[in-house]
Amino acid sequence: MNKLVANAQQAVQDIESGMTLMLGGFGLCGIPENCIAALVEKGIKDLTCISNNAGVDDFGLGLLLQKRQIKKMISSYVGENDEFERQMLSGELEVDLIPQGSLAARCQAGGSGVPAFFTPAGYGTEVAIGKEVRYFNGKPHLLEHALTADFAIVKAWKGDRYGNLLFKGTARNFNPLMAMAGKITIAEVEELVEPGELDPNNIHTPGIFVQRIFQGEKYEKRIEQRTVRER
Amino acid sequence: MLDKKGIAKRIAQELRHNWYVNLGIGIPTLIANYIPEGIDVEFQSENGILGMGPFPFEGEEDADMINAGKQTITPMPGASIFDSATSFAMIRGQHIQLTVLGAMEVADNGDIANWKIPGRMVKGMGGAMDLVASADNIIVAMMHTNKRGESKLLRQCTLPLTGVKCVKKIVTNLAVLDVTPQGFKLIERAPGVSVEEIKNATEGRLIIEGDIPEMKID
Repeated sequence: MNKLVANAQQAVQDIESGMTLMLGGFGLCGIPENCIAALVEKGIKDLTCISNNAGVDDFGLGLLLQKRQIKKMISSYVGENDEFERQMLSGELEVDLIPQGSLAARCQAGGSGVPAFFTPAGYGTEVAIGKEVRYFNGKPHLLEHALTADFAIVKAWKGDRYGNLLFKGTARNFNPLMAMAGKITIAEVEELVEPGELDPNNIHTPGIFVQRIFQGEKYEKRIEQRTVRER
Repeated sequence: MLDKKGIAKRIAQELRHNWYVNLGIGIPTLIANYIPEGIDVEFQSENGILGMGPFPFEGEEDADMINAGKQTITPMPGASIFDSATSFAMIRGQHIQLTVLGAMEVADNGDIANWKIPGRMVKGMGGAMDLVASADNIIVAMMHTNKRGESKLLRQCTLPLTGVKCVKKIVTNLAVLDVTPQGFKLIERAPGVSVEEIKNATEGRLIIEGDIPEMKID
């Protein structure tokens, strides 16, 4: 098995305008910085992006928004991005806001062969409009459908050419779930290691879910809210 | 009247030993600073950590270690880290004993609105809809009135809902109230606040039975 590609440009070379992408990360934590930069450079348009957040104005998915490359966002929280809010309120950008837990479960379902499931989240709210309601144990639940994507793009800490991935800290978030749900999954890693270096007992994403992997470079790893305590 | 810290201090009195607790963004986050002595709780943050500890010392911030408010944090000894699906399995599966979150409006039947002002502010619900739909024990931490002085404790929410009939208790700058089938039941007054003031600031049905004690806050 060798899923190694040279760099981000090569990894995203066959991503086309109009495709649906999943992008891992929570806020700016654990986002695929290299691939986002390559997509901006590539200039493709009309993308549907499934990602918990939409970056900030000048980083993360905000870079694709600035260039008007995104047609539709499927997210749970977009509060840190003024350009996003402007495009959404003016109707330029189509937005599907869905509860965070449902988003996670829908990605996991998409990669697991589960076409749909019931969840209590969103019952009685705007999120429930048009969705089937069923009662289990006396409580109302909504039918939510699985999500898949033409490409899932994730960021890991370490990985090998088999596609095995290890995440660091809370940069794990949506990455392992989205890795499962891409028809093609691209993983960019901070550190590419030799097969066997990762302990098989401690692999977060087994290589079967990953089709392309490369070692990223120049990670900025921006912090959105730098909070500290006094010594 | 309480300030935001005071609200957090009062809610901290609701914590019980060995509870797992999810704290929302804003006032709820402050509660971690006022855990009563002898009470051991673990904080969950829905982006994927159980055993969330304090902010790091300056210079020790780690971009890969944040909470759901995107703030840099540290893990406590015994902490664990997991993906978003596992995180919401904890929430939906009712493994968490207490959820505290902020609100723009609460109705006297327990409905809550805190994610959207149509045409003006759309930030998204994040994990709030999952939390309120599943949690058994939900406390809302908020100011009793908005910036224009209008009540946030209503007969019916005017903003798009986050969840229905789910709030159990509300702690505001003026009072502690339980949500009952008959409406908001006044439990305690904030220091120096009269029952009359609370009545005037509450639009929803308010139940006042007997003498209402003043909160005890250090």
